[in-house]
Amino acid sequence: MSDAARPSPARETEPKTAIGRFFDSDLWWSFSHSPLVIIAAIVTVVMIFSAVFAPLVAPCNPFDLAQLDLMDSLKPPAWLEGGDPRYIFGTDDQGRDIFSTILYGARISLLVGFLSVILAMLIGVTVGLIAGYTGGLTDTILMRIADVQLTFPAILIALLVDGVMRGLLPPEMHEEVAIYVLVLAIALSSWVQYARTVRSSALVERTKEYVQAAQVIGLPAPLILFRHILPNVMGPVLVIATIQLALAIIIEATLSFLGVGVPPTSPSLGTLIRIGNDYLFSGEWWITVFPGLALIILVLAVNLLGDWLRDALNPKLR
Amino acid sequence: MLFFIARRLAQSVLVMLTVAMIAFALFQYVGDPINNMVDQDTSLADRERLRQELGLNDPVPVQFWRFVKNAAHGDFGVSYRLRKPVSELIAERFPATMELSLISALLALGVGIPMGVYTALHRERLPSKLFMTLSLIGVSLPTFLIGIFLILFFGVQLRWLPTFGRGDVVHIGWWSTGLLTKTGLQSLIMPAITLAIFQMTLIVRLVRAEMLEVMRTDYIKFARARGLKTRAIHFGHALKNTLVPVITIIGLQVGSIIAFAIITESVFQWPGMGLLFVQAISEVDIPVMAAYLMLIALIFVVINLIVDILYFVIDPRLRVQS
Amino acid sequence: MPERNNTPLLDIRDLKVEFPSRRGVLVAAQGVNLSLQPGEILGVVGESGAGKSTIAYAIMGLIEPPGRMAQGEILLKGERIDGLPREKMRRIRGRRIGMIFQDPLTSLDPLQTVEAQLVETMRTHLPISEAEARARAVDLLDQVGIPNPAERVKNYPHQFSGGMRQRVVIALAISCEPEVLLADEPTTALDVSIQAQILELLKKLVREKGMGMIIITHDMGVIAEVTDRVAVMYRSRLVEEGPSDKILTRPDHPYSQSLIAAVPPPDRRIERFPLVEYIEKAGDESRKLDLATHWLGQARDFGQTDGPLLRIEDLTMRFMTKPSILPSRRRYMTAVDHVSLDIRDGEVFGLVGESGSGKSTVARLISGIYTPFAGRIHFAGEELTAFKSRREANRLRRQMQMIFQDPYSSLNPRMKVRDIVAEPIRFHKLASSGAEVRRIVDDLLDHVGLGASAALRYPHEFSGGQRQRISIARALATRPRFLICDEPTSALDVSIQAQILNLLKDLQEELGLTMLFISHDLPVIRQMCGRVGVMQHGKLLETAETEELFNNPQTDYTRHLLALMPRMKRAA
Repeated sequence: MSDAARPSPARETEPKTAIGRFFDSDLWWSFSHSPLVIIAAIVTVVMIFSAVFAPLVAPCNPFDLAQLDLMDSLKPPAWLEGGDPRYIFGTDDQGRDIFSTILYGARISLLVGFLSVILAMLIGVTVGLIAGYTGGLTDTILMRIADVQLTFPAILIALLVDGVMRGLLPPEMHEEVAIYVLVLAIALSSWVQYARTVRSSALVERTKEYVQAAQVIGLPAPLILFRHILPNVMGPVLVIATIQLALAIIIEATLSFLGVGVPPTSPSLGTLIRIGNDYLFSGEWWITVFPGLALIILVLAVNLLGDWLRDALNPKLR
Repeated sequence: MLFFIARRLAQSVLVMLTVAMIAFALFQYVGDPINNMVDQDTSLADRERLRQELGLNDPVPVQFWRFVKNAAHGDFGVSYRLRKPVSELIAERFPATMELSLISALLALGVGIPMGVYTALHRERLPSKLFMTLSLIGVSLPTFLIGIFLILFFGVQLRWLPTFGRGDVVHIGWWSTGLLTKTGLQSLIMPAITLAIFQMTLIVRLVRAEMLEVMRTDYIKFARARGLKTRAIHFGHALKNTLVPVITIIGLQVGSIIAFAIITESVFQWPGMGLLFVQAISEVDIPVMAAYLMLIALIFVVINLIVDILYFVIDPRLRVQS
Repeated sequence: MPERNNTPLLDIRDLKVEFPSRRGVLVAAQGVNLSLQPGEILGVVGESGAGKSTIAYAIMGLIEPPGRMAQGEILLKGERIDGLPREKMRRIRGRRIGMIFQDPLTSLDPLQTVEAQLVETMRTHLPISEAEARARAVDLLDQVGIPNPAERVKNYPHQFSGGMRQRVVIALAISCEPEVLLADEPTTALDVSIQAQILELLKKLVREKGMGMIIITHDMGVIAEVTDRVAVMYRSRLVEEGPSDKILTRPDHPYSQSLIAAVPPPDRRIERFPLVEYIEKAGDESRKLDLATHWLGQARDFGQTDGPLLRIEDLTMRFMTKPSILPSRRRYMTAVDHVSLDIRDGEVFGLVGESGSGKSTVARLISGIYTPFAGRIHFAGEELTAFKSRREANRLRRQMQMIFQDPYSSLNPRMKVRDIVAEPIRFHKLASSGAEVRRIVDDLLDHVGLGASAALRYPHEFSGGQRQRISIARALATRPRFLICDEPTSALDVSIQAQILNLLKDLQEELGLTMLFISHDLPVIRQMCGRVGVMQHGKLLETAETEELFNNPQTDYTRHLLALMPRMKRAA
């Protein structure tokens, strides 16, 4: 019985609405008091929006061959000598506007990122819940698999899955399904994070008395899992998901950079960097640098949010 | 102690068998090895004969056993792409990857651990905030971009350092080293930094988080209440307790540096195993993929074993029964 | 030995400690004046959150930032020690003022031997050699009553039991012969029998070494046992201070009066606990309800049961303590060992024992949280353990509910109180419409003294006692006839405990509930139960009518437990 400040008795005020509670929460307070996090949130939202609405925002559609003019190829950024005000970040070897390709590329990067995070979350949370709640042999087997997989870095697993899918699918299908292969590869390489976290949280929650109370009421296990345990383990899952989104974007870019990701016909940021890399030594640095910076800013913003979320949801770490 | 190690060994063998199964499955179900060994115009009969000779018609368990036996001898067959024995290809490139990885690991640990300890002990000081910001940028920088930017700056613009390859190497037996020549060392600088940065940032954050956790424990409070010197509390009690969980993860990190070398090697055209593997992936060169996979698994298993033994040395709760 | 003059050993003047936070400044202690003489034991008593630990941390100069000492002076033998430079204060900590923490399991560095920790502490403060320090370490362990000190000193903390570890902690705290010893809830984490030994040891050490000791506790029994003087704290203020005898028998302040009145008397049975109006709003007295018309009274015709309502036979439970693939390497701990007992319809049966005696496991076996390893459980004449399907067992299990120990973890923090209480009603389809469910929930909340406005809030908005009321409402929501209470008040302050026990008594009488009441606290058992069973190491040692057990115990263990019961000197 320590003297640590226990929650005070219910204040004799009217119960608050959901929105009222949100703005009164520590989460909102810590958000509104950290300028860096606000900037990161704005950057993330702006980048997501401009990527989603790329066709409306971008000055031109870089993949519409009719709009391309080879005369405009390899133009430097607008503020340099020889730059063209129409192409603020310059153009690539085929005369595509770098700024527009970045917007379209971010679209692919974010799509792959979000899809793979959702898939990994579904797999990981399910496995983690089952392992943590059932315990025993099921738990041992599932966690051994997770351990073995965790031995291998995500990038290696993703490469491997990608390689296997290439072997399994006929070559003519590669380009069409490349994005989905990529999503699968990234998801399979990152579900373990969710599974381990959810399992350890579920192990803790399982022994709590509210779960036992639910058992005494007679609720069947699936109902206890989803109604009682799941909502209580979602906090850490949210944090992981944010950090994993950043990681998924990095992995996608890396795979595309290594030439096993999305094809050049619908390039992601990683593909753009790969294309630009060939021109690095001949002085056309902008083809690589601007997509690279876009990638870094996006990942940094998401990481900042994830970092803040982790601290805010886990106040004792502050 | 002996039982403990025996159990770990048994687990390691299990892990290796699992990975072998995956590798074997690659051979079995991805692509047809015969197609990769013969010409377009080889007759069906010839193909069948080859199939028989290679034992591809044997029952799957027999084939698996043969695969494991061969793998244990380092025999993974012939690369589809390069038409050379895989073991030879790997042996050629192994030293390059190991040198790069070890130097990077030393760099990451040597800088990462002190930074993590510092930021945990002096949370409010300016350098801590700077380190934390840097580490956040560090985790947000894709490894290949670090490489590209380094090349652009130090290679293309300033022309200080070579941008690709290993430079001159010296052969000592079958091992080739770039550590003994000037160009070899110069060539190592940028790849080593590139590879180290991501791991370093992870280590800073990990050490910091664990140490903060330890600093909140009752035994640290009690040590304060006994008036022990700050130094003794920080380095005698807190750091030692931090290292227990950190060691496992650092073991994993060192292992993943070897795998992460894939990216660095691609950027710098470093003639290591990672580069070989990436090329194998895009060409579906199964023997190379399988061999690389098994080798990485082996390295990890060995590291894990070392970590477990270290644990035993550090933590009396494992060593001494209550 | 410190010289004796009029200067007190320790003097605290007008102490105020603040913790600034974004919701304003929390004042943890204010206007505190205390003094301590050499050889004296001063008790600081109060309920959780009263600010008593804060005083100890302020004396040590160890208030966690952003908390700070906003006002006042602390003098050690007339010299101010608050606000000393860090290094000077460090030389006082451990050397002149020692401190003991609550939880011995986490107070010692797990990676160092006891010897290393003792030697390090002594050599930090005293000019002695390594060899001398080692010799003294053995001597210290001997002084705190650790058998075989020369060998044990080489051990690591995890090789000691909880009580032994607390002795090691004490040895560390007194290793440099401090003048003042601060003990923050030194026995709260320990079992009753060990608690008594540790208190005895502290008393002995203070007398022998002429130290002054401040003991901080929530436990009136501890105060009665060891202190010379007591200071009572309430909501960050000192409300009363004086000789222990006087405060325990004739307290002046209404808070002290109600606090002492709320302590269950160990020596007699009282009908109801006096209500402690001074503290939290005690809640409306539950109204008498008419079972014939009330929802709780419906479907209560459970049919006539011949024999006991609950009968357990040879109930055995074991847990695997060391899992292994090889069955021969597995190790088991038998938590419940061939326990048989009957509980009659309408009675309150108590189960008492120290931690690890298996009493909570029995509760969890009956309520179906654990599946027994062996043995049978009969409820209302039917064998629960024989049911194959969950559905069938549920039909009977609905009639039994459970109230748990920890009010902070027994309610799902993500659910509103209304949904928590409504869940069993909805699941067992005990109401026909959503509106009816809501009406029933509001009524139940009202009935346990919370008021229907509680329904829309979340658990964290309530205090421990209020949460326990929510737990009771949830348990009532299946219209049970059998209620298992597993240490329902041991996490609560004594004044809140009195309210909850009153509520349980009322409900039991009104609804004719049968109860299994589990507690480690004999005085509480005496107030609540008609019959009692005593458990030790998984075995049921004896069962008897409560008064019979207290007056005429049959086993040595029961006599031992009764002897350890803290007896407060009370006015007749």
